[in-house]
Amino acid sequence: MIPAAFEYERPSSLDEALALLADGGDDARPLAGGHSLLPLMRLRLARPTLLVDIGGLNDLRYVRDEGDQIAIGALCTHHALSHAPELSGGCGLIAEVAGQIGDPQVRHRGTIGGSVAHADPASDLPAALLALDAEVVAQGPGGSRSIAAADFFVGPLMSALEPSEILTEVRVAKREGCASGYQKFQRRAQDWAIVGVAAVVESDGGSISNAAIGLTNMSGTPLRATAVEEALAGAADEGAIAEAAKKVSEAGTPFADANASAEFRLHLAEVLIRRVIADAMS
Amino acid sequence: MRRISVTVNGVRHEADVEPRALLVYFLREQLGLTGTNVGCDTSSCGACTVLLNGQSIKACTALAVQADGQDVTTIEGLATNGTLHPMQQAFHDEHGLQCGFCTPGMIMASVGYLSEHSDPDEAEVREALEGNLCRCTGYHNIVRAVLEGAKAMRDSETVVGGGNGAADGSGVAMGRVREGVVVP
Amino acid sequence: MTKYVGGGVPRKEDPELLTGQGTFVETLTVPGMLHAALVRSPYGAARIKSVDTSAALEAPGVVAAFSGEDLADEWAAGLPMAWPVTEDIRIPDHWPIAKDVARYVGDGVAVVVATSRTAATDAAELVEVDYEELPTVVDIESALAEDAPRVHESMENNECYTWTHATGDIDEAFAKADLTVTCNYTQPRLIPNAMEPRAVLAQPSPAAGEFTVWSTTQIPHIAKVLLSMILGIPESKVRVIAPDVGGGFGSKLNVYAEEALCVALARRLGAPIKWVASRSEGYLATIHGRDQLQEIELAATREGKILGYRVKILANMGAYLQLVAPGVPLLGGFLYCGSYGGEAYHFECTGVFTNTTPTDAYRGAGRPEATFAIERAIDTLARKVGVDPAEIRKRNFLPTGEMVESPGGLAFDTTDYEPNLDRALEVLDYGAVSAERDKRREEGASKLLGIGLSTYVEMCGLAPSQVLASLNYGAGGWDAATVRMLPTGKAEVVTGTSPHGQGHVTSWSQIAADALGVDIDDVEVLHGDTHVAPHGMNTYGSRSLSVGGIAVHEACGRVVDKARALAAHLLEVSPDDLEFEDGTFSVKGVPDRTQSIQELAFAAWTAHSLPEDTEPGLEAHCVWDPPNFTFPFGSHICVVEIDTDTGEVDVVRYVAVDDCGNVINPTIVDGQVHGGIAQGVAAALYEEAVYSEDGTLETSTMINYLVPSAAELPSFELDRTVTPSNSNPLGVKGIGEAGTIASTPAVINAVVDALSHMGVEDVAMPATPERVWRTIRDANGGAA
Repeated sequence: MIPAAFEYERPSSLDEALALLADGGDDARPLAGGHSLLPLMRLRLARPTLLVDIGGLNDLRYVRDEGDQIAIGALCTHHALSHAPELSGGCGLIAEVAGQIGDPQVRHRGTIGGSVAHADPASDLPAALLALDAEVVAQGPGGSRSIAAADFFVGPLMSALEPSEILTEVRVAKREGCASGYQKFQRRAQDWAIVGVAAVVESDGGSISNAAIGLTNMSGTPLRATAVEEALAGAADEGAIAEAAKKVSEAGTPFADANASAEFRLHLAEVLIRRVIADAMS
Repeated sequence: MRRISVTVNGVRHEADVEPRALLVYFLREQLGLTGTNVGCDTSSCGACTVLLNGQSIKACTALAVQADGQDVTTIEGLATNGTLHPMQQAFHDEHGLQCGFCTPGMIMASVGYLSEHSDPDEAEVREALEGNLCRCTGYHNIVRAVLEGAKAMRDSETVVGGGNGAADGSGVAMGRVREGVVVP
Repeated sequence: MTKYVGGGVPRKEDPELLTGQGTFVETLTVPGMLHAALVRSPYGAARIKSVDTSAALEAPGVVAAFSGEDLADEWAAGLPMAWPVTEDIRIPDHWPIAKDVARYVGDGVAVVVATSRTAATDAAELVEVDYEELPTVVDIESALAEDAPRVHESMENNECYTWTHATGDIDEAFAKADLTVTCNYTQPRLIPNAMEPRAVLAQPSPAAGEFTVWSTTQIPHIAKVLLSMILGIPESKVRVIAPDVGGGFGSKLNVYAEEALCVALARRLGAPIKWVASRSEGYLATIHGRDQLQEIELAATREGKILGYRVKILANMGAYLQLVAPGVPLLGGFLYCGSYGGEAYHFECTGVFTNTTPTDAYRGAGRPEATFAIERAIDTLARKVGVDPAEIRKRNFLPTGEMVESPGGLAFDTTDYEPNLDRALEVLDYGAVSAERDKRREEGASKLLGIGLSTYVEMCGLAPSQVLASLNYGAGGWDAATVRMLPTGKAEVVTGTSPHGQGHVTSWSQIAADALGVDIDDVEVLHGDTHVAPHGMNTYGSRSLSVGGIAVHEACGRVVDKARALAAHLLEVSPDDLEFEDGTFSVKGVPDRTQSIQELAFAAWTAHSLPEDTEPGLEAHCVWDPPNFTFPFGSHICVVEIDTDTGEVDVVRYVAVDDCGNVINPTIVDGQVHGGIAQGVAAALYEEAVYSEDGTLETSTMINYLVPSAAELPSFELDRTVTPSNSNPLGVKGIGEAGTIASTPAVINAVVDALSHMGVEDVAMPATPERVWRTIRDANGGAA
């Protein structure tokens, strides 16, 4: 299928892009790699009237070490992130997750900005951003603002971005001395996650001192499994980790769909938490 | 309509396209490069895989206008002077195709992958092809073909540039090194 | 003297396909071409109260728009169904565009023609259809309920037909049995998913009243006959061309609404009309496969020797009857006894209408379902008797021999089952893998192993025409070939088969090159164009080699016979005094007196000196009508690893030892097996077309209908035994569907085997992680 007709603009600066979006009204959408939007448009499930193609804004492609934070430009592709040497320590989680998104072709085009802004509960990066307490930078006509990941994801395909704003950057605090990992469960390698678990773990003399767990596709938004995190504190062996993982049910009842019942989702989340922690600890 | 300039298989094309024209239809219908097939409408099957600046992409999930100023390689751009690219030859030798519909996409995905991983094992090849579907071969001979093609490319020093992992993701245009000359 | 036959000759088909020069229908353009887009019903059942095309007609680029009523005069007949399996079968009207009622989501209700595909797609959205929703029924059991909504109002219920077939005294077999097993299975609905979506291009020559139709079809010759009938066009004025076709698997073994529609629009508008399906449109508008409920009962002795088979199946036809849909269950109806013996057999099948996309033949067509049922049931019997699955099979195998009577009533051409199974067990190292499975069980490992066997026999070489007559099939089962030596010494083979990935050009070249004694590169194979190859029955049901390939072989023999007579004439000897080797006739004992077949081709063309009563030219035609089916068999063994934490099933090894008789091209044969296995594994573990109660296809795209990729599948370990068929002079059988037929039960048997120590006896298809996880949890009394 072919998308319904739309107007197209290719601004050469962010300011120009913001102005175009503001003029375009509610049915104007920014376009980066297009891997969230174009599939919907092809099936005519999305019909924006104006696409503002920000793909030419090359100053949004960077991974920068800014001392205590890593700043990631919105136009970085998943592929680029999965190979970015700057993403080490806890930030390595971003690289790991990016390398697991979709398939190689998707990773070559899809961008972190597009993926995060799309706020699909089944997409992988949001859970990682939650676990890392990342910030999302939005640029609007009135300037830029920073939104905590925890506040950014509002509902299925809904974020805290205003229609007139463009997500320009993701910022993650640098963390050394911690381990991280992402595990997702899907039927086919190219599929969206049925459930995914992102974890950042700090340990102290063999036991967990601090853990952050982000969940993919367990709800309309990515979630933090706070009860699990609390229960993991002090866990030193498989049994304790397994007990903590059971607390994932306290994150709420997940939804059911054609891929999994709520019960199975919950079960998978528990299994994946066990596995991702065990992997991270080893 | 919007005027774009795209270099396809080393030839620069200027064309007027509708913004909604997908890259794959631009290639097929406006440039007559019909080797790139369309097998689905959900970015699932990979039949339409081409290289954009050396990296594999699904040409059904990019607008032609997004390729403006960039470099595209299609299946038609692989063979040189009537000699099959080593990966095409390997697909032939290993019976890596039956109906042939997925084949251009499979070959382009493989060539793109090998530009970054020249010596993969079977499991890596299978993962690398996760975005390409075939209904005829059960993938058995496709996987063998990619392994053989990789070996042939290493042996013949057929270097495929691009996909250097730069953070800007733009990669480098694909080229073949033949007797020290880079042929775009 | 086979120089080529039996060798893995690289395919002649490849160069174009490897370089992007394939000529698939979507690639074709002709001057003045217009594009059609269909408006399809979004409802499972709805009365079409009105169709308003006025807004669509105003849209840019639109040339015409029609409702079903507008086109009613175009049809001399409805869409065809060629297999009325019983006298009292109910056959509904089926029009290319629905006139009054739409009966499934995707049923065409209007068509828009425009100057571009984009314009046609845009305008189709502007057609306003006033629907009155009607109650729907999508699954077999609901459709058979007394108060079920009727798919066709004119019928008193949703039953299409009931067909029975029996041998022996089934009641007696059950009466004297020591034990019986009763198993119920569901064959999920599958979507064939040839990688190339369907497409049609119909070009009229208005002054001549002729039409050329390029179609993504497996059956150009049959399509020509049927399009002529549907449209009331003389058959000689319809030319159907199947150019490069990107896979079929039965999904292109049909004459579809859009093919008739494009010709009708081309006739009405006097312009070429093209239609190309998107994948998701194809999911609605191209046949689905399987969708059966099965009950199989086995009567057996306490040693596990089967006495009788009683089978009852219900088959979902969908909303209408496509080309051979009612006959699909019959193709399995003789084979629910598999490769095993017995005294009695009773089979009954009822076809059922539902508000779903019509079903029809999908790779294996009836035989995968039959093989699944018997191969699963015999494992259940093995557990009941307490013997190994390999042993129970050996106790029941039909004897080795020729024309071996099966309880299903067929005489199997050649059988030799036990050595074949032994070979598979050896390739796997059955003992060692079984020990590893047992060890993991004992250790309580979280990853369990399961081993599944499937020792299938199938039926191909469709078919002796007289047998088809007895089954009420509306056509013959022969195929045709013409072989001609051209004056330049090259050979031209014209075949009635219509390949779409099977490599007929290569295999037929091998057969002809050997038979004629010419270089394989000097053989050209022509196919897929009814003007070039006027006679054929085309490609489906693993019939091409054992029917069409034999026709090629026999036609070559006739060419050689004629060449021999001409050589004798020119060399002034008796034909009996000639030897023929490597393409050259030589006089016995005088080896320098020769005539090559190339020289004879030229002599036959100049016709300057021919034997009396001999026509010029060196060519021959053969129409081969097989005397019997062929019955390939084999043993497949699947090893799965099940992650008991997640229920994920991973195929870790897959051994296939097939016996398809003599092999023309082992590389191509292996390729067919690989692909077949992959489709069968996919059915066991991944794929299922799911409808909601209101008739919406929930698995509507490749995102949620899970065709597996290379990342989900293993490499396969193949071997062969060779038991030549006696049904044809090449001793060949057929291999196109064997992999699909054998593999699905092998996988499920392996899944069940892995969990059998927990008391698990069945896992429904597809064996999804959640389904397997629940099975394990339930077996453990709720604790996963």
